[in-house]
Amino acid sequence: MADSTIAVTSTQAVEVHHEDPALKHQFDTPEQQYGASMFGMWMFLSTEIMMFGGLFLGYIVYRALYPQAWHEATLHQNWIIGGINTIVLITSSFTVALSIYGAQTNKKRLTVGCLLLTILFAFVFLVNKYIEYSAHYHEGLLPGKWFNTTEYSRQTELFMLFYFVMTGLHGIHVLIGILILSYMAYKAWKNTFHSGYYTPLEVAGLYWHFVDIVWIFLFPLLYLMGGITFGGGH
Amino acid sequence: MATVTRTVDYERPIYEEEVNYLNTDYSLKSWLFTLDHKRIGILYLISISLMFILGSAAAGLIRLELLTPQGDLLNADAYNRAFTMHGIIMVFLFLIPSIPTVLGNFVLPMMLGARDVAFPRLNLLSWYIYVFGALWILAGLILGGADGGWTFYPPYSTTYANSHIVPVALGIFIVGFSSILTGLNFIVTTHRMRAPGLTWFRLPLFVWSLYATSLIQVLATPVLAITLLLVAVERVLGVGIFSPQLGGDPILFQHMFWFYSHPAVYIMILPGMGVVSELIACFSRKNVFGYKFVALASVAIAVYGFLVWGHHMFVAGQSVYAGMIFSALSFLVAIPSAIKVFNWTATLYKGSISFQTPMLYALGFIGLFTIGGLTGLYLAALATDVHLSDTYFVVAHFHYIMVGGMMLAYLGGLHYWWPKMTGRMYPELLGKLSALIVFIGFNLTFFPQFIVGFEGMPRRYHEYASQYQIFNVLSTAGASILGVGFILPVFYLLWSLKWGEKAPINPWGSAGLEWQTPTPPPTQNFLETPVITTGPHHYSQVREEVVG
Amino acid sequence: MRGASNFAGQIDLLFWFITILSALIAIGVFILIVVFATRYRRRYSGYVPPAIEGNNKLEIAWIVIPTVIALATFAWAAVVYVHMHNPPKDALTIYVVGRQWMWKAQQPTGQWENNELHVPVGKPVKLVMTSQDVIHDFFVPAFRVKQDVIPGRYTTMWFTAEKPGVYDLFCAEYCGTNHSEMIGKVYALSQQDYEAWLSGGTTTASSSGMTGSGGSQASSQSAGQQLYQSLGCASCHGQNGEGNIGPRLAGLYGSKVQLSNGQTVVADDAYIRESILNPQAKIVKGYQPIMPTFQGQVTEQDILQLIQFIKSLGNSGSQGTAQNQGGNMPAASPAAAGQSGQ
Repeated sequence: MADSTIAVTSTQAVEVHHEDPALKHQFDTPEQQYGASMFGMWMFLSTEIMMFGGLFLGYIVYRALYPQAWHEATLHQNWIIGGINTIVLITSSFTVALSIYGAQTNKKRLTVGCLLLTILFAFVFLVNKYIEYSAHYHEGLLPGKWFNTTEYSRQTELFMLFYFVMTGLHGIHVLIGILILSYMAYKAWKNTFHSGYYTPLEVAGLYWHFVDIVWIFLFPLLYLMGGITFGGGH
Repeated sequence: MATVTRTVDYERPIYEEEVNYLNTDYSLKSWLFTLDHKRIGILYLISISLMFILGSAAAGLIRLELLTPQGDLLNADAYNRAFTMHGIIMVFLFLIPSIPTVLGNFVLPMMLGARDVAFPRLNLLSWYIYVFGALWILAGLILGGADGGWTFYPPYSTTYANSHIVPVALGIFIVGFSSILTGLNFIVTTHRMRAPGLTWFRLPLFVWSLYATSLIQVLATPVLAITLLLVAVERVLGVGIFSPQLGGDPILFQHMFWFYSHPAVYIMILPGMGVVSELIACFSRKNVFGYKFVALASVAIAVYGFLVWGHHMFVAGQSVYAGMIFSALSFLVAIPSAIKVFNWTATLYKGSISFQTPMLYALGFIGLFTIGGLTGLYLAALATDVHLSDTYFVVAHFHYIMVGGMMLAYLGGLHYWWPKMTGRMYPELLGKLSALIVFIGFNLTFFPQFIVGFEGMPRRYHEYASQYQIFNVLSTAGASILGVGFILPVFYLLWSLKWGEKAPINPWGSAGLEWQTPTPPPTQNFLETPVITTGPHHYSQVREEVVG
Repeated sequence: MRGASNFAGQIDLLFWFITILSALIAIGVFILIVVFATRYRRRYSGYVPPAIEGNNKLEIAWIVIPTVIALATFAWAAVVYVHMHNPPKDALTIYVVGRQWMWKAQQPTGQWENNELHVPVGKPVKLVMTSQDVIHDFFVPAFRVKQDVIPGRYTTMWFTAEKPGVYDLFCAEYCGTNHSEMIGKVYALSQQDYEAWLSGGTTTASSSGMTGSGGSQASSQSAGQQLYQSLGCASCHGQNGEGNIGPRLAGLYGSKVQLSNGQTVVADDAYIRESILNPQAKIVKGYQPIMPTFQGQVTEQDILQLIQFIKSLGNSGSQGTAQNQGGNMPAASPAAAGQSGQ
């Protein structure tokens, strides 16, 4: 029988953290949990950047190939609705930040109220997108078999495809955000968050800010490239 | 706060009543809803083994067909789908997940002295996503399969193919998220869950390689996801994103596809390199020579790997200048791999080397990976690549790395950590025999393919010119031997679960932190959180060792 | 397999250099492993190997030396590659169309051949290629050349056959069900035999089965000219390309063109193809953007025939003869010259 000495020393007893219900079993301290959660969300957002990045790359390549068509296609976009959506999302980022402030200062009503407002803004955004998508459908701008090939060129169809895939993917992220924020509102209402613990809320907020930032890139590329016309576009 | 130096007894027998992660709950529900990284590793082990069997069956069909120059076993469509599904299943459902999700999941938290990964629920979700994606791909397979090769080049894949491209492409899209989330989990775990005293340069080399792999998984896979999504959209809607007839650019697809798929090959090989570092160290009873160089070489490979994708497109119509840049970078990316090979060899110097099964696989890896890597030089060199591109030379090159390298590392790691995972020893003689059979069968299968590729036999050919037959016959003969070598472990490893010798706590006398816990470990891994005061593989500080 | 082109020697030399280099490295590593594994095998338990951290000098050495060798190899290969992408100005131009699942090649005289390519030995041949449908790849192993053939654009490659013979032609980019049947033969003929084949006569080579199918008399100049008429090109560009509402086409091929946006471009194959399919993309200075597109009305083969015809329109604006192709043609035999006037 052999035994050996290894330089492994143990100093900590098995853990005290069972007293803190918010501390998950794999973490040793709340600080570690908070740090890991935030880092995890930042890593996730970097993957999202790479995914949307692929679409932006395609957009840029085809804009270089078909500048004319790209310019004309943006004239079919409704920049007013797009602009409203931009304001709506930016405001929703503000309300979600405010809800985190509410958790940090133990103001549950502020937290829940602002989360609900954020969700409301997100719904407004999606309703606007529905209005825009229907308008495009009626104008024969939906790519594929519904596209009006006699009136519009193939390159315009390509632009519209990028428009729908990019805003569609973004819209799915908004929808997921609504689900996440609703869950956060529920947890907040159940008194889960307080000044000592609001990690999930902050992580959700980070996600929402990212959704907002993607839109801020999409809006000029998809709506404003052709210049703004009054009454010309729909 | 008292500091106690623990004496670890290597040969303490396992008591029947001891509770470990396996026997803590036998119900199916406890397995399907587990948050334990070790159980999740076992779940992955089962799923990817099943996928490997499927992918091997496709390979068997291919090799059987290629015994004769005519297309007499399968018709052209069936053959084209067979090689496509072989590639897709092996790459996305086996090679990319294997070491990280099976061995990495099991061992990473223990190597860090942690109780679990940073996000255990996300870990379980990764497995479910993998299964869901695999089911999509299987659905595509059952419907008749896809063709086009695993590379899906448009406009063939988007406009002309008559096979089930969409479910298969969507399946890969879904499985990609499993890969992304696992990578994310490992990165956060490595950054935030290290035990006290475990600084970055005290981490075992397996952790470094998993970390580098995770970086690639997280940053590259989303690009594949969006590329495949666009292929599916184009196929369904008929809009010309990549089809020239509709104004699209097929080369754009190739750039986007290879931007992921080249780094993907590093996802596949880096974990294998990490395993080999662990095995060489343990079975020579020495720390790895040039530890820092090997650790940083892993990260260098990950970073460099993002810069060379165009070497898959030297004859695709990209500009000569782009070709030159990619060629130069591709030569440079070989250097960190060479550094590792030299360092592993130097580790053997003045070591105390034993030749158990894991070590045989590790040494086999070094040999075959060296050959595979060197044959990459022919392909990185612009002029020779013109001749060799899309021939069997390329097929042989990547199989040397993926099978000769990755598979051997996976098998070596599986045998090495088998006692830790199951509490049982596998039969050593059968292990050695299988390793030998695999080595012989592998070389016989793939070395002739270098020759037949140089002679001009293109890849993805259902029928071929008769002068290539002798090489194909040799290759198929080798494949049958290789098949035997792969099947044997399935049987004796399963056998060992019931009748294998009970494993001592540290059968290999390894200095790894994961071996300082009971075998098999309890759910929370460590009875007490360790504090680390030395570097990894510190064999010289271990006074005695146990020969396994 | 012995190479048979001007590139084969260089590429094979490079191939063998890399092989010897690789063998040295691989054998070196293997020998070290075997020696170390034997010498340092575990003889007794209790032996504690020395803790050798590493050796920075050694690390630097085996980083720097491989890097130098690697970059030298890169440079050598790159030089050959650049050479492979610079066809000589006097290369014989042959147009190739790949489609599922066959190859069509158009000789300078205009005749088309299927799944075969006849080339003269000792003369550089440039292939200008496009695909009708999916991506294919023109691969001649004996010549060590390969190039993807892409729909929607022209790709080129060139070589000089050095030995008369029959060589395999393979498609080397997966293109569907019969990808492995999209194969053919390249016939490298001596200059004499090549001309004889072009004119359809028998030669000593053809009687021994070396020439494949005979060249046909049909000239794509006439086919191109027919298209020129039937598609209505003449109404704007003139009967003989002298120009009218549309720019002058006689003498256009290879010349510089000033565009309405100020740019200057060369009127090469791709320019003419684009002008037919997407005329609005480039408007010649001084002309109106009124040319209609012929997308969907012409196949890739048709376009190549039109290009061939436009090429034949000399500066004088009269119907070109073989001589007007500026050295691309072999010395005209009476039969070949007779094709010019249909």
